[in-house]
Amino acid sequence: MLHKFLIPLLLAATLSPAFAKEAAPASTDPVAEARLMTLASELRCLVCQNQTIADSNADLAVDLRNEIREKIESGMSDAEIKDFMVARYGDFVLYRPPLKNTTLFLWVGPFLLLAVGGGILYFTLKQRRQRAAEPELSRDEQALAESLLQTDQTKETT
Amino acid sequence: MKARYLIPLAIFIAMLVFLGVGLKLDPREVPSPLIGKPAPAFRLQTLDTPPRALSSAEMRGQVWLLNVWASWCSGCREEHPVLVELSKTRAVPIYGLDYKDQPDDARRLLSSFGNPYVASVSDLDGRTGIEFGVYGVPETFVIDKAGIIRYKQIGPITPDVWRDTILPLVKKLNAA
Repeated sequence: MLHKFLIPLLLAATLSPAFAKEAAPASTDPVAEARLMTLASELRCLVCQNQTIADSNADLAVDLRNEIREKIESGMSDAEIKDFMVARYGDFVLYRPPLKNTTLFLWVGPFLLLAVGGGILYFTLKQRRQRAAEPELSRDEQALAESLLQTDQTKETT
Repeated sequence: MKARYLIPLAIFIAMLVFLGVGLKLDPREVPSPLIGKPAPAFRLQTLDTPPRALSSAEMRGQVWLLNVWASWCSGCREEHPVLVELSKTRAVPIYGLDYKDQPDDARRLLSSFGNPYVASVSDLDGRTGIEFGVYGVPETFVIDKAGIIRYKQIGPITPDVWRDTILPLVKKLNAA
């Protein structure tokens, strides 16, 4: 469970500076391998759908890692490799699908739900506050109570 | 009864509908982005003895099926008799892509259970499979006269799928 949150966090942390450096064709192995793993952890394995290509040991994931490795060696950029994957397997391979008409609800949905929930909370609280501010006795009861209190007071003062 | 007491019930029913629809969907069936696109070209050795090179360009001008299969795949065994029956109707030529398989195993399967394919080519390293976006055999592509992929069947072709989907499509494409 934990690593599901950690990986995106770590990725986010390493994203901008690392990618700028790796724009040049990878020549040394460890760098290329790191790029491969970064890419592969953004791509879904279609055989075991809740794993990334980096995590999965399915045959297809191994093949796809090899394919990506060769593409890195041939000097393709990360974006080109992702395009290659999307052209064959669709947006579904991306763990972060692009914002399009078909994925709009996916991206906006949670915020929409948050807004609706927030709205309901706000109006419920407002209503409750109004109800609390309202006098609990009707006008007649209030008048009666006041007159009783007054008679009490007048008795005491006399 | 105030209408607002019905809101939770309405939300509950909406959730039930969503969950019900979700249950019916098969997450394994990922729509292929290749539909409407040209089928990737390949030139591979057939399973014939002796093997010959078969190029996808040879199928130009006819509607054909590309069935991705393997001798190690249980779904393919299930599908195999259906394909053999279909090949007898001569409605459409079926070509096979023997995906990541030992050619000897594949030949043995064809000789013991019948060969529905006009020709089957051997994709030893699975490269052609990747080009076609294959992720689970069996898969079948319907390819038109111009070499455009028109339909992808994920999982075995059943008589129902053939009758309701593939055959009407093949007829339509042949008429075009």
